[in-house]
Amino acid sequence: MDADLFLVPFLAGLCLALLLPVLGCYLRLHDEWLAALSYSHVAAGGALLAMLGGVPAQAGGLLAAAAAALAKRPLAARLGQASVFPLLLLAGWAAGMLVAANHPLAERVGSALFDGQLYFADIPRLLWLLAASCGGLWLLRRLSRGLLLSRLYPDHFRLRGEAAWPLQGGFDLLAALLLALATTTLGVMATFALVFVPPWLTFRRAGGWRRGLRLAVLLGAAIYLVAFVAALALDQPFGPLLGLAAMAACILGGRRGP
Amino acid sequence: MSAALLRLEQVVAGWTAPATRPLDLLVDAGSIVGLCGANGAGKSTLLAAVAGRAQVFHGRLWKKPKIRCALQTQEAPPLAGLPLSGRELLALTGAAADGLPSWLADCLERRLDRLSGGQRHYLGLWAILNAPAELLLLDEPTNNLDAAGVAHLGAALRRRAGAGCGIVLVSHDPAFVAATCDRVCRLEAPDGR
Repeated sequence: MDADLFLVPFLAGLCLALLLPVLGCYLRLHDEWLAALSYSHVAAGGALLAMLGGVPAQAGGLLAAAAAALAKRPLAARLGQASVFPLLLLAGWAAGMLVAANHPLAERVGSALFDGQLYFADIPRLLWLLAASCGGLWLLRRLSRGLLLSRLYPDHFRLRGEAAWPLQGGFDLLAALLLALATTTLGVMATFALVFVPPWLTFRRAGGWRRGLRLAVLLGAAIYLVAFVAALALDQPFGPLLGLAAMAACILGGRRGP
Repeated sequence: MSAALLRLEQVVAGWTAPATRPLDLLVDAGSIVGLCGANGAGKSTLLAAVAGRAQVFHGRLWKKPKIRCALQTQEAPPLAGLPLSGRELLALTGAAADGLPSWLADCLERRLDRLSGGQRHYLGLWAILNAPAELLLLDEPTNNLDAAGVAHLGAALRRRAGAGCGIVLVSHDPAFVAATCDRVCRLEAPDGR
């Protein structure tokens, strides 16, 4: 095994493995864990549509996810909060499938997007992901108190004469962009696994919020490490092994804490 | 002379339609005002209107400009399944833990969803009661509390009022209202009950 060949992809994935569980905790806090699948599908659909128009797929994915984040609250007001993410998921999937069926290269690119392209990560991509992860974690830390307050005391901002939409809209946009970036690197299901499983375990086991965030990061890193090493050692695709590692973590650690 | 924090003049409040009789009310800094009345009189609705949640259909509702309010509603915060400790909840609202009864101070490090209903309710109440605010709006604060909890709450409210905070509380507990409030305002139900 050529360690140098896999170091950059490993570090690129590690950035996301540390970031996505934290993002997942805040999504789960607001019962929005399905956002991971929805924004990922929208990003994949947007990337394929962009390719059709000669625009870089990464830019298309980010733009589509940002548009979905901006449309989320108007859609929720019209269709109901519970319907938004399933409908966005359907829209993203349908757009992606239609492009894939009508463009000679799209099927291959679509498959790469859904399965992930981690092993193709290069130094510029790693630097992008490092910056996005550091920036994302910093922003989540800044937004943390407001996100917790808006969940536990929905009247807090109105009582203080403050608007809640910059916080909520800002978080929606941040989540969508980070998930789009993760999707184009790890693939749809690996991204979902890292957003869903560590927070799910954390919410069952952790004794407090800060301890929970730390536990989620540790779990994300451990699941990723196991999957990455197993994928190389067994010469198997990374995404499915990450899914299996996440499942194993659920079974081993899913018992509720004391 | 005490500074007025809240003034209601012939206010009729409701969610989608008028649900209360016209009410006059004045809350000064340092005073505790109790709102009593039969079920359906609109006590919680009135409190919600003061908080900006429900509508004012008639009359005038005035609050001191830029006043900071804190509201405790009867709906408990969604804590089930959430890994949040009591100490983290207090830090979130900016409430100090000083003065908590020993039966709560000892479990601040535990998850809120693993406390008893009474402990959880009182911690949630304490997080509002001691948040930085000039006007406190409390809706049935004695729910789920035992006698010791009610006595401790009464003392804590009087301390808060002594520090200059205005308090409006809705309660069905006449003994608590009589022992705690400086003034009591009885709401008549719209149907005259």
